[in-house]
Amino acid sequence: MLADMIERLLERHLDDSAQARARGGEWLPELWAKFEEMGLPLALLSEEQGGFGLDPADQGEALRLLGRHAVPLPVAETMGANRLLAAAGLPLAEGAAGLARADALTLNEGRLTGRVARIAWGDKLDCLALAVGDRLYRVPRSGWTVAEAGLALNFQPRPTLQIDWTADVSAPLPHCPLAEGSTLRAFQIAGALEAALDMTLEHTGTRVQFGKPLSKFQAVQHELAKLAGELACATAAADLAAEALARCDLLGVAAGSLRAREAAGSGASIATQMHGAIGFTREHRLQLFTTSLWTWRDEFGGQVSWAKLLGQAALDAGGTGYWPMVTAL
Amino acid sequence: MSSIAFPRPPEDTAAVIALRTEFRAFLDKELAGRSPRARSDNWYGFDRGFSRAMGQAGYLGMTWSKQYGGHERSAYERYVVVEETLAAGAPVGAHWIADRQSGPSIIKFGTEEQKELLLPGIAAGELAFCIGMSEPDSGSDLAATRTRAVRDGGNYRVTGTKVWTSFAHEADWVILFCRTGSGGPTDRQQGTSQLLVDLKNTPGLTIKPIIDLAGQHHFNEMHFEDAIVPANMLLGEEGNGWNQVMSELAFERSGPERFLSSIELLYQVIEALKGIDSDAAQITLGRVTARLAVLRRLSRSVTAMLQSGQDAALQAAIVKDVGAVFEQAMPDIARELIDAEPGPIAASAYASVLANITLNAPSWSLRGGTREILRGIIARGLGTR
Ligand SMILES: Cc1cc2nc3c(=O)[nH]c(=O)nc-3n(C[C@H](O)[C@H](O)[C@H](O)COP(=O)(O)OP(=O)(O)OC[C@H]3O[C@@H](n4cnc5c(N)ncnc54)[C@H](O)[C@@H]3O)c2cc1C
Repeated sequence: MLADMIERLLERHLDDSAQARARGGEWLPELWAKFEEMGLPLALLSEEQGGFGLDPADQGEALRLLGRHAVPLPVAETMGANRLLAAAGLPLAEGAAGLARADALTLNEGRLTGRVARIAWGDKLDCLALAVGDRLYRVPRSGWTVAEAGLALNFQPRPTLQIDWTADVSAPLPHCPLAEGSTLRAFQIAGALEAALDMTLEHTGTRVQFGKPLSKFQAVQHELAKLAGELACATAAADLAAEALARCDLLGVAAGSLRAREAAGSGASIATQMHGAIGFTREHRLQLFTTSLWTWRDEFGGQVSWAKLLGQAALDAGGTGYWPMVTAL
Repeated sequence: MSSIAFPRPPEDTAAVIALRTEFRAFLDKELAGRSPRARSDNWYGFDRGFSRAMGQAGYLGMTWSKQYGGHERSAYERYVVVEETLAAGAPVGAHWIADRQSGPSIIKFGTEEQKELLLPGIAAGELAFCIGMSEPDSGSDLAATRTRAVRDGGNYRVTGTKVWTSFAHEADWVILFCRTGSGGPTDRQQGTSQLLVDLKNTPGLTIKPIIDLAGQHHFNEMHFEDAIVPANMLLGEEGNGWNQVMSELAFERSGPERFLSSIELLYQVIEALKGIDSDAAQITLGRVTARLAVLRRLSRSVTAMLQSGQDAALQAAIVKDVGAVFEQAMPDIARELIDAEPGPIAASAYASVLANITLNAPSWSLRGGTREILRGIIARGLGTR
């Protein structure tokens, strides 16, 4: 249901020219307003928290759609920030929101100051959900200025923010924003890979070389099969991460995140190769997905930090404890 | 949408969790003292005693009706037992094929007489089966099979050669894929059938070893020279062999064995690295664990499909393809972390397991359908052929 609504909305309000404007750093206010009208920022909340009480499968579907259409707005981030804020009992965002771990901030006589790096659309947000140590702070827009511009690989803004705020709204941290954000990204990656596979099937099915469609060549078919495998892994990985997040199990989040991120890289590379030169242009829509895949796989905790967390747990489990650890993920 | 859907895996209910705990205790007891090297044989280990113990404890024929010695448990409960058996490196060869595919094929296509004759023995861990599909000139192209069965009164007379038959020298029965029609061009698939052949009591059948590159005798050549098979041992219908064999392959391709073949090496790597402070070890093990956890999830999704009676052939092909890449990568992953000279006689448990896995890994993307054939199946599922 929600998925159909999102799909219809995006068909109407997110065309290639809107994508191009977003790529130039332009905020899409009409599209954002539509998302708000629909209540999407609250989609991960339970009914008691004022959300829709969606089951996990529908939540996942909604998040995947954001990736499937390469939505150039911080919708997923806002959904995640609201989930964190609601779990902490703090007021929800009144517009777009960001979330981050911000341990470099210092708290001095009630003032929170310091920098937070690379927040998606950081100058367009209503508030930030920032974790410092074991507390979650809800920082309103008046609490920061843009310190430094930044861009992601998909050319969307990632400014570094200077926080300076009288910290009057905070609560114990319910779960880590990196785990929250990384799980959201895993779903977006799975969605973008769906789009990449569809586009690659379409392209290889219609582009003719040597007198037949590319998809009739076995070498091409095998690459398509590999891409389908990466998509299957990314989708399962996102679900795995989400289930782990719900039980606050960082290891499961790490496992799901890592595998989705791996699929982002290998999937983007197959899709581009199968498109030929056209896939390497700004004009062709494939780049919306490949550049977003390359963006999302490194956000909310790097590949190395997530891998070390999970790898150390494997070492701690030892040879005999390893399998029980795996079945618990 | 083009993607191939994998449903949510079945729930780990209290009953499933209890089964896992109880079965781990069973394996601890049965496999006490089994060396890492022996555990790394994975499903090439063959031990009648172990299979009988599995049968007696109710861990074989788990999903089958009680009438035939089964236990009427869910496909997911069977999955749990199968993955735990493999993860523990148990010698499953004496029941593996029968429990996984021969029994289910007999349930699906067999006569009442065949069911009563064979299923209780399989569920008890007493009857071992093997797969008689491949031939010298019929590998990936299974429909090119030449072994011929000709009806002669109350019998079939069988002539031809099967190769790569795992455990034919140890097993009791083989399900033989053969040609019963004329073999004309329109008859390639339609002219085939399956026969249940008693390996120990079939005049005209000789079995010769083929030694694999690891130096082991695990597969064989089966030579049928006017061998006599009673006509009541026809499985299913004459001429329906191709459809039956495809259904059998779906059972064969769907399980967790498709990514756990090198799991013992992973345990040994972890043991060898214990207490060492190494970023490379942490990062590599993190990535490997993520791949494994996700493969497990996909494989459980396939089980959910089987449980609800859906056709999971495509999903199974994806799990087998991605799984084989994963398990075959393990020797190189290990070698990037730990220096050792592997060999059949080696200086450490790690090195001897590495040796065994290195020698056997090439077969994992051949057996049960090659990587290339699987990718063709997946591509067809995506609508490209
Ligand atoms: C360890 C092991 C155990 C086995 N156990 C059994 C058993 O118990 N019973 C049994 O019946 N069989 C068994 N097999 C046989 C197995 O099923 C076959 O090896 C497999 O089907 C491939 O056949 P082949 O070896 O003849 O290779 P071929 O079919 O000759 O293939 C050789 C190579 O060519 C590729 N190739 C073939 N056709 C195509 C195509 N159309 N497009 C692209 N590439 C292609 C293959 O992928 C492969 O890489 C076993 C094999 C192994 C390795």
